[in-house]
Order: sequence, then C-alpha cells, then structure tokens
Amino acid sequence: MRTDFWEGARGGAPVLVSTLPFAALFGALAVAHGLTVGEATLMSAIIFAGASQLVGLELFGHDIPAWVVILSIFAVNFRHILYSAAITPFMAHFTLPQKLASFFLLTDPQFAETVTRGESRQRVSFSWYMGFGLTIYAGWVALSFVGAYFGRAMGDPKAWGFDVLLPIYFLGIVLGFRKRDNFLGIALVSAVASVLAFHYVGSPWHVSLGALAGVLLAAALPPKPALSTAPKIAEAGE
Amino acid sequence: MSDWFTLEMTLLILGGAAATYLTRVGGFLLISRLQALPPRLEAALNAVPAAVLTTLVAPAFVAGDTATRIAMAVALPVALRFSTIPMLVAGWLTVLACRHFFG
Repeated sequence: MRTDFWEGARGGAPVLVSTLPFAALFGALAVAHGLTVGEATLMSAIIFAGASQLVGLELFGHDIPAWVVILSIFAVNFRHILYSAAITPFMAHFTLPQKLASFFLLTDPQFAETVTRGESRQRVSFSWYMGFGLTIYAGWVALSFVGAYFGRAMGDPKAWGFDVLLPIYFLGIVLGFRKRDNFLGIALVSAVASVLAFHYVGSPWHVSLGALAGVLLAAALPPKPALSTAPKIAEAGE
Repeated sequence: MSDWFTLEMTLLILGGAAATYLTRVGGFLLISRLQALPPRLEAALNAVPAAVLTTLVAPAFVAGDTATRIAMAVALPVALRFSTIPMLVAGWLTVLACRHFFG
C-alpha cells in the first residue's frame, strides 16, 4: 500500500514541476482580476482545473450572470466526462467512496497515466492513484496561494501587459486540440459564430452561441470509427 | 466574511466547483447506464472544449487593440512549435514592445 502511494507520488512529480508556474500565474492573474488571496486559493482547491479557472477569471469581471460563468466552466471541463468514462473499468475494485474521491482528482495527466497503467496490466490501486493525484493537487493549491500573495503587489495588470496573457493562453489550448477530428472546421465555425454573436447579440452570448455552432458541426459531420483522444500530458486541468 | 472572502465570489466559486465535479464523475455515471457512448455524442462532447475556448479567443482578437492583435499573431506560430510557457512569454514581450514603441 505505502509503496504504491510513493510510486504514484514519484510518477506525479514531473507533472507537479511543470504545473507550478501555471499555478503561480493563475494566483497572480486571479488577484489582478479582483479576487482576494483566499478566493484564488479556494478556487484552486475546489475546482482544481486550470483552464476553467482562467475562464472563470475572464468572465467574472464583465457583469455576466453567475449561471453563464458556471456553465462556461462546466463546458470547458466537459472533457472529463470522457475521461471518467474511460478509466471507470480500471477502478472496478474501488469502493464507491474511493471512486468518488478519485474522480475529484481527475486531471489530464491523471487520466493519461491511469489509462497507460491500466492498459499495461499493472494494477491501478487506490493508493497509487492518490499518490499521483495528491502530489499534483498539493503543489497546485500551494503555488496558487503563493502567486496570489505576491501578485497583490503588482497593481494594474494592463500596465504590465498581463491583459494579453489570458487570450494567448486560451489560443494555445485551442491549438493543442489541432490533432483532433475536424479541428479546423470546428474552430473556424466557433470563431465566426462567436464574433458574429459578440457584435449582434452581445456578451456573454457569444460564448454559448459560438460554442454551440462548433459542437453542432462536430455532431453533424460523419463520425469516425475509432475515436481515441488520449491527450498529450499537460498541466493539471489544462 | 472579511478581506479573505466575499460572499458573491465564494458562491460563484462553489458553483464552478460543483459543475467541475459533475464533469469528473459524469462519465462514470453515464457509463453505468450506457455501455458505450454513441459516436456522434462522443464527437460532440469531444468538440466542446475547443469550441468553447475558441469563443474566448476570436472576439478578444477582433475587439482587442493593435498590440493585442500583433501579440496573438506572434504567439500562434510559437504555440505550434513550443510549449505554453514560451508561447506566453513571446506574446507578453510582443505586447510590451508594441505598447512601449507605438503606444
């Protein structure tokens, strides 16, 4: 049991190192967008999904109704539905509380490692899973706090050029999906629809209308037989 | 709730956390009912993150100032070759330079 936990922790260490700068950046940007240090840390502790946390920051400041913000966070995290469906067979021997706790720690790298381990016929034990997940989690929350704490000293984000970081970060994630089926069509349709909705309907509807257009296109195009979407290992909750 | 938390933001974060946990446990709940996801549903679910994030990028580009547009245009090819941090640094330095020299 204990060796499994530490084996998981060792596996999570490289992921931990690569996520630390993002956690600190999130904390600093959160404070720049008006959150308190406590709120920034709470967000990392209970959402624990980087991209959606940044989407939240982007939307908090714009007088957008709460349900739209929550729906957008939900939408960005949608991929986890596919992940939990895919790893459930490897967790058949977990108790229900163990499963429910495990799913809380489900991130892109956790998914990738669990599938790799499960498919190579190594046992996916609860201890191993927790060792891997808690290592990433502890670092993510701690560095979010540190980033927020020191971010308070920075003042106006625009004076530092930080206002461009969110759109560029999102651009990078979108490009990270470029190997997926029909990526170009989906991105193009969503882009055009969101710009049109932004001009003619207004914010925040450009988010849901633009996304809906891309998703409908994906559903309408002929499905490919073997859809496998093991993501490249990315930061916690890319 | 003091300087650490405001009520409105805390409720919003709790809502976001509940929504996120729902996605993490969602596939487990779905797979217990369906044997496998229908291909069109899987294709649609698969497209959701890229579609949503595109809607945050495209209007930011169209509505942004010139420095923001140039920075995003510089970041795009960098993102194709390198990881996230170099991409952010390239975009960030570009926007600082544009605003300093033209701004």
